[in-house]
Amino acid sequence: MRAPDTPVIVKGEALLAVENVSLRFGGVKALTDVSFDIRKGEVRAIIGPNGAGKTSMLNCINGFYHPSEGRITFKGETRRRMRPFEAARGGIGRTFQNVALFKGMTTLDNIMAGRFLKMRSGFFWQLLRYGPAMREEVEHRRFVEDIIDFLQIQHIRKTPVGKLPYGLQKRVELGRALAMEPELLLLDEPMAGMNLEEKEDMSRFILDVNQQYGTTIALIEHDMGVVMDLSDRVVVLEYGRKIADGTPEEVKRDQRVIDAYLGVAH
Amino acid sequence: MDVLYKIFIEPFALMGSAPDLLVQTVWEGLVAGVLYALIALGFVLIFKASGVFNFAQGIMVVFAALTLVGLHEKGVPAWLAVILALVVMFGLALTIERVVLRPLVNQPDIILFMATFGITYFLIGFGESVFGGNPKVMIADELYLPRGVTDVEMLGGRVSFQHLDVAAAIIASVMIAALAVFFQYTRIGRALRAVADSHKAALSVGISLNQIWVIVWFTAGVVALVTGIMWGARSDVSFALEVIALKALPVLILGGFTSIPGAIVGGLIIGVGEKIGEFYWGGLLGGGIETWLAYFIALAFLLFRPQGLFGEKIIERI
Amino acid sequence: MFYRDAGQYKSSYAADRAVFPLREDRIGLAVILLVAFVAIPLFAGDFVIKTVMMPFLVFSLAAIGLNILTGYTGLISLGTAGFMGVGAYACYKLTTYFPGVNIIVWILASGFFSAAVGVLFGLPSLRIKGFYLAVATLAAQFFLQWCFIRIPWLYNYNTSGAIEVPTRTLFGVPITGATAAIEVRYLILLSAVVLMTWLASNLVHGRFGRMWMAVRDMDIAAELMGIRLLHTKLLAFAVSSFYAGVAGALLVFIWLGGAEAGDVFAIRQSFLILFMIIIGGLGSLVGSFMGAAFISALPTILKFGLPAMGIPIAGATAEHLNFMVIGALIIFFLIVEPHGLARLWQIAKQKLRIWPFPY
Repeated sequence: MRAPDTPVIVKGEALLAVENVSLRFGGVKALTDVSFDIRKGEVRAIIGPNGAGKTSMLNCINGFYHPSEGRITFKGETRRRMRPFEAARGGIGRTFQNVALFKGMTTLDNIMAGRFLKMRSGFFWQLLRYGPAMREEVEHRRFVEDIIDFLQIQHIRKTPVGKLPYGLQKRVELGRALAMEPELLLLDEPMAGMNLEEKEDMSRFILDVNQQYGTTIALIEHDMGVVMDLSDRVVVLEYGRKIADGTPEEVKRDQRVIDAYLGVAH
Repeated sequence: MDVLYKIFIEPFALMGSAPDLLVQTVWEGLVAGVLYALIALGFVLIFKASGVFNFAQGIMVVFAALTLVGLHEKGVPAWLAVILALVVMFGLALTIERVVLRPLVNQPDIILFMATFGITYFLIGFGESVFGGNPKVMIADELYLPRGVTDVEMLGGRVSFQHLDVAAAIIASVMIAALAVFFQYTRIGRALRAVADSHKAALSVGISLNQIWVIVWFTAGVVALVTGIMWGARSDVSFALEVIALKALPVLILGGFTSIPGAIVGGLIIGVGEKIGEFYWGGLLGGGIETWLAYFIALAFLLFRPQGLFGEKIIERI
Repeated sequence: MFYRDAGQYKSSYAADRAVFPLREDRIGLAVILLVAFVAIPLFAGDFVIKTVMMPFLVFSLAAIGLNILTGYTGLISLGTAGFMGVGAYACYKLTTYFPGVNIIVWILASGFFSAAVGVLFGLPSLRIKGFYLAVATLAAQFFLQWCFIRIPWLYNYNTSGAIEVPTRTLFGVPITGATAAIEVRYLILLSAVVLMTWLASNLVHGRFGRMWMAVRDMDIAAELMGIRLLHTKLLAFAVSSFYAGVAGALLVFIWLGGAEAGDVFAIRQSFLILFMIIIGGLGSLVGSFMGAAFISALPTILKFGLPAMGIPIAGATAEHLNFMVIGALIIFFLIVEPHGLARLWQIAKQKLRIWPFPY
């Protein structure tokens, strides 16, 4: 077990490195001096009690919040104030704790929207809906249909997502993130509010994405069983500080993690 | 060069050489501002308690005044007309709650916003059908509103204060103070604030939303009637006031939709800014810039403080 | 029975992405176009064309423009009439300086001017959202309205203070001004509306349409998808104002002919166009047409329809009644179907598809 406050950055294979990141909102400290890395191809879990700063951490990674101190390096490039669309361009995909789908659009259009960055045809052809615009539309439709097959949501292809049950919405949201072909996929509580069966499906999808597409995944999850099964390495936050980092086995045995979750006897 | 001189030097030179004119302009602006602030105030009450962006507030002002004058024209004594106008405003609040708000509960904000457009148009049509479309004169004397002018010699000139304007400022201040007390210290006020914070939480502790809405819309109606009387006494009463009533909207974006002090300060800033702009710079542009200057002042403020003057900084969460 | 999708298989993604995937819909559209292009100019009288069809078409176009901004992108605008005015005055100046160029070119080109103005007034959407933005668009409305009155250069210093539409020809046939036949003007207007509706339909069904709707439904998620919010919003402002501008130019040059162009670009016009898309359906092109038909026909129905049915009604009363009816109908529609006539139409089609079975 490593001492929790020294950064565990393995040079060369890190896809993303978070170094000494702090985040403040006025007087409130959401994150304090957090450092960890995410290696290419792994499933990295971020866990911690409620309000530990997990979602804030993800928000920093994809540029929605800007860290007050510290830096984040993605694919060897450090950006001071990255904006969210730049993160998307760099290859960071994301799902949300409270499903953030485009409610008025169909499943198909939601996932097609995920292809936004890959589509290039200009305004003129779009106006005519002809030539390159139509070719591109069909080509990306093919890709999207693959994702729809993979997630087994063929039957809701043309349903407005606002009408879908929660479990399916989560699945569509994953599909939308996959459509971006991200190198790093951030999943914020992908299994929150699901029943056992849905959780099993979702776990399967996450592992398949990781193995078939080789996508690096960082996920926040509360279900410890799921975390221990899915992830290669786990980072534990409490009150905005990192208290442990390592393999699931190491973390499970760490005294500070046990204290954080079960409380300390006085 | 000439243009630059006229923009940057001449107006200020004029302000310096004739400070009495400046005081007069500021005073006129303050009075107009008080009236804008009153419309905005009615709006803020409704927005806070029901989350409805009430586009109809300006029209409610005209409608209330029109009802009062219209009733008096039909031979109703002034005191009774005021009471009847209040009854009409209560009926309006009740109807709006029953016919518009209740069926539309839980709809997106934009739908409710559009519904208040419907109210606006209905009130215009209804008011004109009942009382006719001609401009009317406010029954200022019957309501014991003071007339006359006091000229004050100051700053080497003369500044005149209309008694009516002074009365308007005083009445507005009293009403705002009364509302503040009502909100802070009564049971209904507490319930109102609870509803403003969260509808669901308020419901869960047993506050009746429907009742609160009626009260709030009626309060806004009372504010509208007072505003209508003041305003009508300064000009005619007709739906042509609609465009002027819309001036309350820049006041709102300046002061924030939920802040009562914001509405007041915003109203005064817009009122004064507009009058000064028109008086000192309007001539350069051919006059009449009052119609849009208020919006530009508000926009300019917004570029630096998107949350308005008194709004808190918004932290977005996902 | 006569409206079925059974037996119509789609064998390619392109066919599946078609705007009208059903054969019955395509036939229906063809019939409507045939009636509009052939039957109406042949059989409808001047009165019907001038007071029913032409305002309907002009306002449909303006409503499509506003729908792109409000219905598709979720940005409420109260300045549509102002942008329409920009188009009209731009067209007037262009045809005054370059009378040799065909007026139709200038009508379409005038859209670029209103698009530019629209982008300018869309810039605050970077910082402000929702109702705050709606109020900000009033700045555009009042400022532009003021310009139309206070800048005599815009109306060529005419004593009337309004645009005086000159006579311009196409292939030797006058299409604007006093001598132009009403049928010719109608056909020009109709062609412009059909063309621009087709382009708008292409746009909203493609990449840009999805981009707009994504920003409307969940701007944060859209941004994390790589969509740049400001670009998206400004594009919506540009396209929307382009449509409004062309509608404005058509309104003055083709429909009204300038004589009565007094306050057609006033704030109430902006409100009316907003009502059209609410009643018709936010985020629906068909809805824009339905709403425009409804709102633009209502005054005519009240003014001429009621007396025709034997109910005497004075002109002023009809106007007051018009306000009341519009107000009441807006509330009624919002309560019954917040998604407007377009949604009712969709439900009706769905019912027809499975008729005579309930589901």
